[in-house]
Amino acid sequence: MNDTQWPLWEVFVQGNPGIPHKHVGSVHAPDAEIAIQNARDVYTRRSEGISIWVVPSNAISASTPEDQGAFFEPSNDKPYRHPTFYKIPDGVKYL
Amino acid sequence: MEDSKKLEQFEAKIASGQKIEPKDWMPEAYRKQLIRMMSQHAHSEIVGMLPEGNWITRAPSLRRKAILLAKVQDEAGHGLYLYSATETLGVDRKDLLEQLHTGKAKYSSIFNYPTLTWADIGAIGWLVDGAAIMNQTALARGSYGPYARAMVRICKEESFHNRQGYEIMMQLAQGTPEQKEMAQDALNRWWWPAIMMLGPGDDQSPNSEQLMRWKVKMESNDAIRQRFIDRTVPQAEFIGLKIPDKDLKFNEATGHYEHGPINWDEFFEVIKGNGPCNAKRLKDRIEADKKGRWVREAALAYAAKREKEKVVA
Ligand SMILES: [Fe+2]
Ligand SMILES: [Fe+2]
Repeated sequence: MNDTQWPLWEVFVQGNPGIPHKHVGSVHAPDAEIAIQNARDVYTRRSEGISIWVVPSNAISASTPEDQGAFFEPSNDKPYRHPTFYKIPDGVKYL
Repeated sequence: MEDSKKLEQFEAKIASGQKIEPKDWMPEAYRKQLIRMMSQHAHSEIVGMLPEGNWITRAPSLRRKAILLAKVQDEAGHGLYLYSATETLGVDRKDLLEQLHTGKAKYSSIFNYPTLTWADIGAIGWLVDGAAIMNQTALARGSYGPYARAMVRICKEESFHNRQGYEIMMQLAQGTPEQKEMAQDALNRWWWPAIMMLGPGDDQSPNSEQLMRWKVKMESNDAIRQRFIDRTVPQAEFIGLKIPDKDLKFNEATGHYEHGPINWDEFFEVIKGNGPCNAKRLKDRIEADKKGRWVREAALAYAAKREKEKVVA
């Protein structure tokens, strides 16, 4: 059998209750269970987390840096999406 | 887009302090240099477990044993962060390990010295991790995102390594005359290798202007070495140990210590493979890899079996 050193998984850790999981790196593991155990040992040795997600690396699709401009720029010319776009007279409260 | 245009954008991005991420365009020379540096760094972390692992079963107390275990485990973690960061550049960990095992890839010269007494564990944490911190805090400001982020994490953990080593030295230095002598002997043997592990002097390794501009290298070896010496000499004085350099003196005018000549012949011999422990380190590494192989295969077979059962059920 070819010594593959196991497939790659991306690791996401939630640092504290109520905040989102954040990508911290990757681990090699034969399955999800061991990926979670390895991720615990590699990325949370000093109580950096209360929850871990692992995802097979090849299951992640990402936007491409080359298209960054064309992809994200359309929102730049829509300032009316921000509350600061609107002028409200000084006397008006709670708006 | 033309490569010259892409290069211009790449350099502008770095100059403005932005990080380069795995899927961003990068020059081949940048990718190659990073793979070389990062994998060498990863190899150093895991080979570095061997000289310290040597003392886990013989640590002088349960407290020391638990600390040393945690430190060596951290080094394994550092190796893993760094291999995974290197893999973002499009290489496979198994190929990197093969380069280590066939001698094609290098690791830090320092780990080719033996750990003869318990005081060596103190000297390693204090001096070797201390020197590594100087280097790594510089690298944490580097331009490649995954490497810089791994460095930030590693630097946080290194400071425990550094302190536990100094504490060992301090305790021995304050102990019986024999214990103090043991600490001094360890300092005598580890000082120069620690000075050398920061790499050849600037006259022998001209810092490529390009690597500095690309923020792959952040500071010259001599600058990092100077900072390490300036910080470490007073620490030695504080616990009554003597740095084994008769030419060492403080220059009031510059505010820096001046050191005696470094034996670079020794350094290059160790790098070439002729240090006291090169052969043993490589043999132990290869053996560990071989012994772990059945575990990797069995775990994969088990995962495949369970996957099949899931499909049937
Ligand atoms: Fe480390
Ligand atoms: Fe360390």
